[in-house]
Amino acid sequence: MKSAVIVFPGSNCDRDAHDALALMTGSAPSMVWHRETDLPAGLDLIMVPGGFSYGDYLRSGAIAGRSPVMREVAKAAEGGTPVLGVCNGFQVLTETGLLPGALLRNAGLNFVCKIADLDVANSQTRFTAAYSGPARIGIPVAHHDGNYFADEETLDRLEGEGQVAFRYAEDINGSARRIAGVMNERGNVLGMMPHPERAVDPVLGGADGRAVFESLMGAA
Amino acid sequence: MKAVVHVELKPGVLDPQGKAIAHALNGLGFEDVSGARVGKVITLDLGDADAANAEQRVAEMCEKLLANTVIERYRVEIEG
Repeated sequence: MKSAVIVFPGSNCDRDAHDALALMTGSAPSMVWHRETDLPAGLDLIMVPGGFSYGDYLRSGAIAGRSPVMREVAKAAEGGTPVLGVCNGFQVLTETGLLPGALLRNAGLNFVCKIADLDVANSQTRFTAAYSGPARIGIPVAHHDGNYFADEETLDRLEGEGQVAFRYAEDINGSARRIAGVMNERGNVLGMMPHPERAVDPVLGGADGRAVFESLMGAA
Repeated sequence: MKAVVHVELKPGVLDPQGKAIAHALNGLGFEDVSGARVGKVITLDLGDADAANAEQRVAEMCEKLLANTVIERYRVEIEG
């Protein structure tokens, strides 16, 4: 599987993403700097990693969302390439309009950093097919702006169309309907606040994130 | 010419920071404060001499970058 990780000034989970993809897919991803105006050809996955792109100035993910490389990512997504945005990457994808909604400051105002219990809300997607049904999994979270917001009509539509991929087992940040991860309508773009790339090796506290990558490899 | 852009969360969007500020003001004895909302003010220096044109350009900037209209609304003032 051929993958790429987008790197912004201030990204800090790009190397975790790199190592997880190398481990899971057997080949190292291309690391693509934010100023690039071309992506490698034939990608099976583009990962937009976590961190504090551009210092999170203006709004989390706002400046990164308008960077040159994101125009290419948007084009690739429109062409059907799978895109996975984690944490700050999720914020970037909402800012570019590739995913509905927005991420607000956590309702409790605290930075939340722990292993969160998640429910796989839809295991019939290209990102979750390797989970067996509605599983309960533990995936690390580390964020300040993870409070998912969308208007009621959008939330109803997301749930009706099966676009909610993951839900927090309990409320940790105020997210509407405890949404932890959502997909676009076509199902090839997923944004999630929890970090599956930090949960691919039991030595690091858990391996419940492996199935996200296994799902993608199964679909590639 | 300057443009002053006010960006604030839409009514109905939770503003936990505002809530914390209102709570702290109440704690200081300002019991009359029943709510607070936190926004941003962005001042732009513009080369444009035409106020009407500038206003339109700045609105475009708000839509494209300065505000996220999913959660925020904005207001523009042009200063000569």
